[in-house]
Amino acid sequence: MPITNDRIEDRSDPDVGASVGRAMAHDSAVAHVRGTAVYVDDLPEPKGTVHVVPGYADIARGRIDTLDLEAVRNAPGVLDVLTASSIPEVNDCSPVFGDDPILAADEVSFHGQPLFAVVAETRDQARRAARLARIEAEAIRPIVAVDEGIENGGDLMPSYTFERGNPALSIKACEHRLEGRFRIGGQEHFYLEGQVAIAFPGEGDAMRILSSTQHPTEIQHLVAAMLGVPDAAVVCECRRMGGGFGGKESQAAQWACLAALAARRTGRPAKIRLDRDDDMRMTGKRHDFRVDWRCGFDHEGLLAGVDLAFSSRCGYSADLSMAVNDRTMFHADNAYFYPECRILSRRIRTDTVSNTAFRGFGGPQGMLAAERMMDAIAIHLDRDPFEVRMRNLYAPGRDITPFGMEPQGYRLVRRIMQRLARTGEYAKRRRAIARFNVAAAEGAGHLRKGISLTPVKFGISFTLKHLNQAGALVNVFGDGSVQVNHGGTEMGQGLHTKITQVVAEEFGVDIGRVRITATRTDKVPNTSATAASVGSDLNGMAASRAAGVIRRRLARLAARLFQVRERQVSFAYGQVRVGEESIPFERLTQLAVEERVSLSATGHYATPGMTWDRETVSGNPFYYYAMGAACSEVSVDITTGEMRIDRVDILHDVGRSLNPAIDIGQIEGGFVQGAGWLTTEELAFDEQGRLRTHAPSTYKIPTCSDVPADFRVSLFEQGRNRMPTIHRSKAVGEPPLMLAISVFSAITHAIASLSSRRLPPLDAPATPEAILRAVAALRSEAG
Amino acid sequence: MRNHIRFIRKGQIVELSDVSPTETLLDYLRLRERSCGTKEGCAEGDCGACTVAVGRLRAGRIVYEPINSCIALLGMMDGLEIVTVDDLAPSDEHLHPVQSALVSAHASQCGFCTPGFVMSLFALYHSRQRADRSLVNDWLAGNLCRCTGYRPIADAALAACTGEPDDAFSRRSAKTHALLESLIDDHDIRIGDDESFFAAPASEDALVSLLERHKDATIVGGATDVGLWITKQLRSLPQIVHTGRVASMHEVIVDDDRIEIGGAVTYAEAEAALARIDPDIEELLRRLGSKQVRSLGTIGGNIANGSPIGDSPPWLIVLGAQVELRRGDARRRLPLEDFFIDYGRQDRALGEILLRIVVPRPAANEHFRCYKISKRFDQDISAVLGAFLFRIEKGRVVHARMALGGMAAIPKRAFHVEGALVGCEIDDPDARARAMDLAAKEWERDFSPIDDHRASAAYRLQVSHSLLTKALNEVADRPTSDMRLIDRRDLHRIEIGDLNNSHDSHPNAMDPGSPR
Repeated sequence: MPITNDRIEDRSDPDVGASVGRAMAHDSAVAHVRGTAVYVDDLPEPKGTVHVVPGYADIARGRIDTLDLEAVRNAPGVLDVLTASSIPEVNDCSPVFGDDPILAADEVSFHGQPLFAVVAETRDQARRAARLARIEAEAIRPIVAVDEGIENGGDLMPSYTFERGNPALSIKACEHRLEGRFRIGGQEHFYLEGQVAIAFPGEGDAMRILSSTQHPTEIQHLVAAMLGVPDAAVVCECRRMGGGFGGKESQAAQWACLAALAARRTGRPAKIRLDRDDDMRMTGKRHDFRVDWRCGFDHEGLLAGVDLAFSSRCGYSADLSMAVNDRTMFHADNAYFYPECRILSRRIRTDTVSNTAFRGFGGPQGMLAAERMMDAIAIHLDRDPFEVRMRNLYAPGRDITPFGMEPQGYRLVRRIMQRLARTGEYAKRRRAIARFNVAAAEGAGHLRKGISLTPVKFGISFTLKHLNQAGALVNVFGDGSVQVNHGGTEMGQGLHTKITQVVAEEFGVDIGRVRITATRTDKVPNTSATAASVGSDLNGMAASRAAGVIRRRLARLAARLFQVRERQVSFAYGQVRVGEESIPFERLTQLAVEERVSLSATGHYATPGMTWDRETVSGNPFYYYAMGAACSEVSVDITTGEMRIDRVDILHDVGRSLNPAIDIGQIEGGFVQGAGWLTTEELAFDEQGRLRTHAPSTYKIPTCSDVPADFRVSLFEQGRNRMPTIHRSKAVGEPPLMLAISVFSAITHAIASLSSRRLPPLDAPATPEAILRAVAALRSEAG
Repeated sequence: MRNHIRFIRKGQIVELSDVSPTETLLDYLRLRERSCGTKEGCAEGDCGACTVAVGRLRAGRIVYEPINSCIALLGMMDGLEIVTVDDLAPSDEHLHPVQSALVSAHASQCGFCTPGFVMSLFALYHSRQRADRSLVNDWLAGNLCRCTGYRPIADAALAACTGEPDDAFSRRSAKTHALLESLIDDHDIRIGDDESFFAAPASEDALVSLLERHKDATIVGGATDVGLWITKQLRSLPQIVHTGRVASMHEVIVDDDRIEIGGAVTYAEAEAALARIDPDIEELLRRLGSKQVRSLGTIGGNIANGSPIGDSPPWLIVLGAQVELRRGDARRRLPLEDFFIDYGRQDRALGEILLRIVVPRPAANEHFRCYKISKRFDQDISAVLGAFLFRIEKGRVVHARMALGGMAAIPKRAFHVEGALVGCEIDDPDARARAMDLAAKEWERDFSPIDDHRASAAYRLQVSHSLLTKALNEVADRPTSDMRLIDRRDLHRIEIGDLNNSHDSHPNAMDPGSPR
């Protein structure tokens, strides 16, 4: 029996361990529901803590003539006002390219860019003071939208291309040709806990920072560089985040830097917690795109040539845009073979906040383009889009990606899609929907329905090789309790729970004996961001190795003390089996202390086989692929554009699940977040480059009623990673987000029912207004 | 006169005399009490992370309602029991039933929104209703979760909220009841001095005379709007006058021909009465804000602040509602449609208060429809809100009233369009189409839609036409299941039909006040 979301239980295969494979609750579940889980803002503030609030100019682009902070300085409670000149050394908080000032000096690059920061006794005083600045600036008309950027802004960095064969020629030679342009909106992370950090000045040049961050090492490094002290003087710590989703990968650093700067200058602990509106204005989002596509295919919909041009709004600086856009290209095929193709990616500079990592990291936009083409082909040929999709899947002999690699394990996609079509009764429901739409049209009813089944194939690994590494530190104490620390951060995804399970499994002890501690740069150094879905893959392996070292030391000791061979020593159920005898785990750990055996070890893991070379466009960027499929059914009101998701079926492969409950949670949550991106979540900038949707009153993420009551999620039964990952599990953080493309596709088909063989010009997000626009366009074409 | 407020925390009465006029409940909890389980997510009442439950006596029974503590003023808490997530479980081993259900259902991931969900569910748990999914959706519409996709949370709610509360709070309800009763008095509250104060008069006369002396004072009903002036605009509001303690302004009177709603009545208090007018009003109120917003927000406030996108005025105007105002001893009554003069301008003098709203009930031959169109179904501000009323005699529209929100600087009637609809033979599809064509010609004279980030003017315009089509079709007995995605009206019809054993297919043709 597969594990489903209405029956979440332990994995049922014979290899399930005492801890691994079990549907254990999140390690903080009880603390979450009691409100006792501590986030940065909840810690008691030491006496004398000061509060930092950033200030900005009301323009998007221009040169600052006067930055008059007199009134700010004189406001009640103000202790200091930080500007670019307050920064002792490097004024940069960028992840790679050195182009993100912590505080802008003379030039404003986007609306909301911090120019100064107030340090005051209370947060309220700092907020009030921050609004008193008198700023005179020469405003220049900003470049805001992608299209404007393409026309006038230019490229932030060189474009990049994958090319095979001569797609222009092969498309020309085709019986059927289609082309189009559509737009994909960005997305605000809307982590429930906003950006926050507190810095504690230490002795000499030491600085300790608590931050809600996915990347403590980067914060350590940036704070050290800003203050002009060695990395060794700075410690960054994170116990948990109230959500991250990529929005705290590079975007948490600026605030940690400001807190550290205030702490250094005042000698007092300094806290910064962004107001929600400031958070939404000042931090980057998912990239929005314009996609220009062209393809040629035969009468059965089989592709011969594909030409895809992606142009993304990167904002004013590079941030992670290079890797994000590369990933768009890596996923522009989704699960389909493009015999001859060109995948072009332009990275457009605009005078808007610098766009950044967001769950899927560019992949979703690439895949949406692929699925849009599939729908276009099916509608054009009046065929079942499921058939068109199946026909174009990678298959033997048709199994090389646009970047020249065989997508390892691709056959699984077909099996998953077939099974889901069967269990989800796709064909039967599609017929019923067709009947419904005919009846509605005849009766002048206002509703139409659509259904779609789309696949996901998502590459797992950082595409930048050196990021594919992790470290862990395991300490076992005389009483048999275990502490584990690793480089990954907990943002709700259950990473700590999975790591605890892995370590408990290694020692054969109950999970309750293993204590996870806050991620700290002084325990495990030089870590990568918790990102790219590989948190468990990398850190799980590192933790397992660290625990393995100690277990082997304990086994050696037991063998020596009890005069047996090492392989006669085993660990299970809190006991250590030594030959015929059995002793409690804590007895052995006590003996180890007495016998002067070290019970502390580090572990390190580097993903093997990473051979991608961006320069030569060759090699393997991914260790393996995660796969799944979703089938969504929707209803649309063609007179108002309102849309409701009626039913969703998902079948997803997580390999051999480390924790089915957590994996199901990632799938459901990812899907709903993706559905929000493609439906109600709309970022609106005005012509002056000001974000108009900077609060939950105007930016609408899904609520409970947007999720269909009929929501069936299953884990793929025979899942087992072919690669030797930790317990043969698969990454699950990002891939499920893209299952929501099925919703967008289903909406497309509901609208397409209004016309014959016309692709509705639907842009993402499919808000009621976008849907009604597509309906009107189709009707005017038809009329 | 009292110079302090009193409320119940953890079974004890707390007295506070140092209450700044604009101090929020959330700041009190987190900064003063250091109860940090309650989180700030947005500080504008939209995400629900700061949800706490407030208990009060209503019809002799303790009722718990969820509220957004981030925009509730501390002073407004007088006389209530405040329950936060920190109060529910004595230890990790003894969780509250909603907490255990959430843990069992794997319903938390990052955990930051969780305390708010716990408290919304705590209130649902004590509502004595057996939860189904649609009820859960309603109760959770004001709580955003970005991690889980809600399914496990909804499952936990279904498991825990069985309609039979049995927890520490229900077990000590007699004691709480007595404590709440002991807090009831008829003293006016006034904390502060003439320059800066929080005041909550207990009578209409006291309210009026206070406002005579302090004409510039900010009148606060539920603070669901004023709260944002404080947390977002950082406005200085030194003088706050809260209407919530004025007993006479809390009355809801249901008569055969009208319903009267006091100016300080919250949506939560008025819901049941107003729902009797028409199922569309019940549905609209369900989608207006969230449970948290409706627990504090007042219909009087929604009218008095004059927003062009308020969800109450259009249907109240269409129903012919009147408002009663008072300043000093001068009382006056005027049709609501005359109350709105221009953007940001209402027919209300400084210091004048909105005492009550009188809502006539439609006659048997008057057919009412109301639609809310927004980007997201729940807890969103309308792009267009359309309210319609057609009086039909012998198959013809003899009188039409129509008002749209989001379609002009103020909520107002569409007189020209209304005129074009009179005479339409409602059951004839061609006649309806002709009426629509005639009406369309009048559109520009009545409407100039708002154009903003919620929706473009073009979209609002197009949708406003669609809504009239829907209304006409439905009144001509087209089933709502053909016309609407969210179809509670048909469900309603079945319920009412069953109850009355009636064969009449028009719910409005019956006594709309028939018990359900």
